[in-house]
Amino acid sequence: MAAEIRNYTLNFGPQHPAAHGVLRLVLELDGEVVERADPHIGLLHRGTEKLAESKTFIQSLPYMDRLDYVSMMANEHAYCMAIEKMLGLEVPLRAQYIRVMFDEITRILNHLLWLGAHALDCGAMTMFLYCFREREDLMDCYEAVSGARLHAAYYRPGGVYRDLPDEMPKYEASKLRNAEAIKKLNYNREGSLLDFIEDFTNRFPTYVDEYETLLTDNRVWKQRTVGIGVVTPERALQLGMTGAMLRGSGIAWDLRKKQPYEVYDRLDFDIPVGVNGDCYDRYLVRVEEMRQSNRIIKQCVAWLKANKGPVIVDNHKVAPPSRDAMKSNMEELIHHFKLFTEGMHVPASEAYAAVEHPKGEFGIYLVSDGANKPYRLKIRAPGYAHLSSLDEMSRGHMISDVVAIIGTQDIVFGEVDR
Amino acid sequence: MANKLETLIESLNGVLGADRIATLKCELNEVTIEVPAARWHETALLLRDDAALHFESCVDVCGMDYSAYGDGIWEGPRFASVYHLISYKHNIRLRVRVFCTDDDFPVLDSVVDVWNGVNWFEREAFDLFGILFQGHPDLRRILTDYGFVGHPFRKDFPLSGYVEMRYDPEQKRVIYQPVTIEPREITPRIIREENYGGC
Repeated sequence: MAAEIRNYTLNFGPQHPAAHGVLRLVLELDGEVVERADPHIGLLHRGTEKLAESKTFIQSLPYMDRLDYVSMMANEHAYCMAIEKMLGLEVPLRAQYIRVMFDEITRILNHLLWLGAHALDCGAMTMFLYCFREREDLMDCYEAVSGARLHAAYYRPGGVYRDLPDEMPKYEASKLRNAEAIKKLNYNREGSLLDFIEDFTNRFPTYVDEYETLLTDNRVWKQRTVGIGVVTPERALQLGMTGAMLRGSGIAWDLRKKQPYEVYDRLDFDIPVGVNGDCYDRYLVRVEEMRQSNRIIKQCVAWLKANKGPVIVDNHKVAPPSRDAMKSNMEELIHHFKLFTEGMHVPASEAYAAVEHPKGEFGIYLVSDGANKPYRLKIRAPGYAHLSSLDEMSRGHMISDVVAIIGTQDIVFGEVDR
Repeated sequence: MANKLETLIESLNGVLGADRIATLKCELNEVTIEVPAARWHETALLLRDDAALHFESCVDVCGMDYSAYGDGIWEGPRFASVYHLISYKHNIRLRVRVFCTDDDFPVLDSVVDVWNGVNWFEREAFDLFGILFQGHPDLRRILTDYGFVGHPFRKDFPLSGYVEMRYDPEQKRVIYQPVTIEPREITPRIIREENYGGC
């Protein structure tokens, strides 16, 4: 008697730890093989784009942090660039370097979280702990510069909110640690923020070596990733993939090189490209990107140490005047008041600004009709396009590979659902 | 950069011809063309396949509702879909706007068969604006809740929505009820007249 064969429909998520947030995946299975994957998204839909239509341009800036909440400043960057494009603003050079430096810090932050979580999904527990150790330092940089560890709201149209601090916040004595332990913790926090970042860039390559020792030649890791979720270059283009997903398939495309914004054309870095377009190649690409980001940060630190200057434009229709000027000068007071009540007016026009976000091309399409609020804000999230290809990527793979594919796509629901 | 844009405009005019381009604008170093809805699908194929254009990827599809544009000065069709294309070969971008001819029943040709990646973007535009994409293989709602009524990003849809969800301890389940919050506008929307304050 022939055994009865039945297809199963499996509901994966939305509360599954490997779903990277609130992904509900309806899988049609033939035994353990995926026949169709139907992601149900929108469980985190907050209507950011609609909310932005009822807020002034500055008021919706902090929403950008909450899109992709592991690469906060990169989101702000695209938003600010769109506004600057429409206003025709020239951002001061120092602000451009600061932005590039923090974009790359953000890239490392994002890739570290991705690496830790992806490896954890595939069964490598230690990676998670290692990655979060370094993330801690970088989030301290965020905190030093903006006061917030995650949702920085540091970039502003026309520059950045304030200059880099001269002093790095230190650990304070507590019941838990004695003076000696505190001193040890503070050894690299004696100087400025730039000194701290420089110290980090010197340490970081060894850390990446550590990750690679754990994973790159690891037999289990390779079994879980090599040949899984292969995307050919042609399909990658058709599916609208960007970022590491595209480069993993062998297309050397990076907006930082091809359509350079800010000061990327003055900096020296390489674009890693994969060969096979599988999860393993995308892993290698992202790890190498971390090393390249480290190089960029180093160059930015050197430039920022040598050059001083303004960090935000002088145009008080866009950027607030200094506190001193505001309190001693009537005109500046009016500027301040108008800017924070009515907000800035962006001329009637439309612009699309894209940055090379850690996950791919993050674009902001902004339409203004001349009001103090955007008429329409469209967020082009890289994860959205990637997740839509999950069905194609996971077809014919085992159910355990679906987890690896979700991991390799670097999905964050803040940006997918918006 | 300017050179590239001129070449692009030239090849657009040459390849697409006047009947496929309703308007062509070049502002802020970005080229925007408007394509009549009836010619959209064939134009998309040309944009992708012609060697001089070669827009092999569609980056973004954005639904638009122009009904409140400029506080009522808009006279054109209400709904549009805006496509952002990119040519990796020529390293150039193009924006294509296609207006839906019928305001009450906005329909456009789907271009999923041209650029497979727009599948979800078109679903999103359908979900949020109610633009129907003819020929789309799987036009379901995507971002809003199961059983959601209406198209929330239309300008006549209130920001606070119509229903809210809460747990009802008596019925011991989650229920929908009409919204209890009052919509309010903290910062009014202002469009200044031309040459306001001399600038």
